[in-house]
Amino acid sequence: MDDPTPEAEPTDPVPTEGHLRMTLPVGLGLFPLGLAFGALVVHAGLSWWWATVFSTIVYAGSLEFLLVGMAVTGVPLAQVALSTLLVNSRHVFYALSFPLHNVDGKVGKAYATFALTDEAYAVTTSPEAQRWTSRQIIGVQVFFQLCWVGGATLGALAGSVLPLDQLDGLDFALTALFVVLAIEAARDRPDRLTAAVAIVCAAVALAISREHLLPIAFAGFTAVQVWRARRDPIAIPPESTGPTAPAAGPGEVPS
Amino acid sequence: MNPVAIAAVVAVASAITWGLRALPFAALAPLRQSALLAQLRLTMPLGIMIILTIYTVSGIEVTGENLITYGAGIAVTAALQLWKRHVSISILVGTAVHMLLVAWLG
Repeated sequence: MDDPTPEAEPTDPVPTEGHLRMTLPVGLGLFPLGLAFGALVVHAGLSWWWATVFSTIVYAGSLEFLLVGMAVTGVPLAQVALSTLLVNSRHVFYALSFPLHNVDGKVGKAYATFALTDEAYAVTTSPEAQRWTSRQIIGVQVFFQLCWVGGATLGALAGSVLPLDQLDGLDFALTALFVVLAIEAARDRPDRLTAAVAIVCAAVALAISREHLLPIAFAGFTAVQVWRARRDPIAIPPESTGPTAPAAGPGEVPS
Repeated sequence: MNPVAIAAVVAVASAITWGLRALPFAALAPLRQSALLAQLRLTMPLGIMIILTIYTVSGIEVTGENLITYGAGIAVTAALQLWKRHVSISILVGTAVHMLLVAWLG
């Protein structure tokens, strides 16, 4: 939509070298995590194909791990909705810099937003991704989802033929995932006070109600962060100046 | 387990997740210049990941065995990530260490 002239469209839809350099490792990282998710689905007592259904239709890595437990224990749908809102509320901020304006067509935009995972966001808002075409952005997202769905399905199939009582502790993969994401977030932007606020909020929430730890901790954390931002604004380079300009500056670190 | 109930979980989670990913593009367009949102976008991820990490271990009992298996798993995961910065290796090796200790101590 930004480039109506066909000759302006690169003739080569295959990702460039730099493009591949970022995409392949992330996709290959999704695959084993998908394997762990698939094995967890079967371990929890669900049929293997639920792994395919979850990873295709929900497609939100960390939330899916939580959903399996909820689906098995049969929690109320309201709690599923609340947990989804809270766990995935971070995606709200992705709209600020994901290059959706470079994606063509209604179907393309619909899929681009549907598949806007942490990984897709991180890769497509990198400096070298600012010149990607619609096909390249969608291609990366499809590749990521194939890695995830493929891993989940294979993990579930393997899990249904292997002795899974040997696999106690597999759900630790989720803890490990969040530890890694926290380290990467701290690497992007070291901030001890924010880390301390989060730990205190989680501890207070745990003391109030372990069952409702997430909503209480997220609400408290967000409130404190808004208060801190209002009281002590930090200088942030302005975002794009228009709806069609690249949203992320070339030096911006994806989160 | 009732497949309809599980399908309902999938449908609810999917619809809300998509909504959270898609709707802000319309809602936030006028707010791209908001300094408050820009600051939140920078500071939120670290805290959210820390809270999620704590949530995943909040249900375990405080026993010597759990302290060892979870502590070692987290330490190995974090050390590998700080050292090699290879997401899948950190997660796989950390999880393997945790599972081996669970099998060994259990």
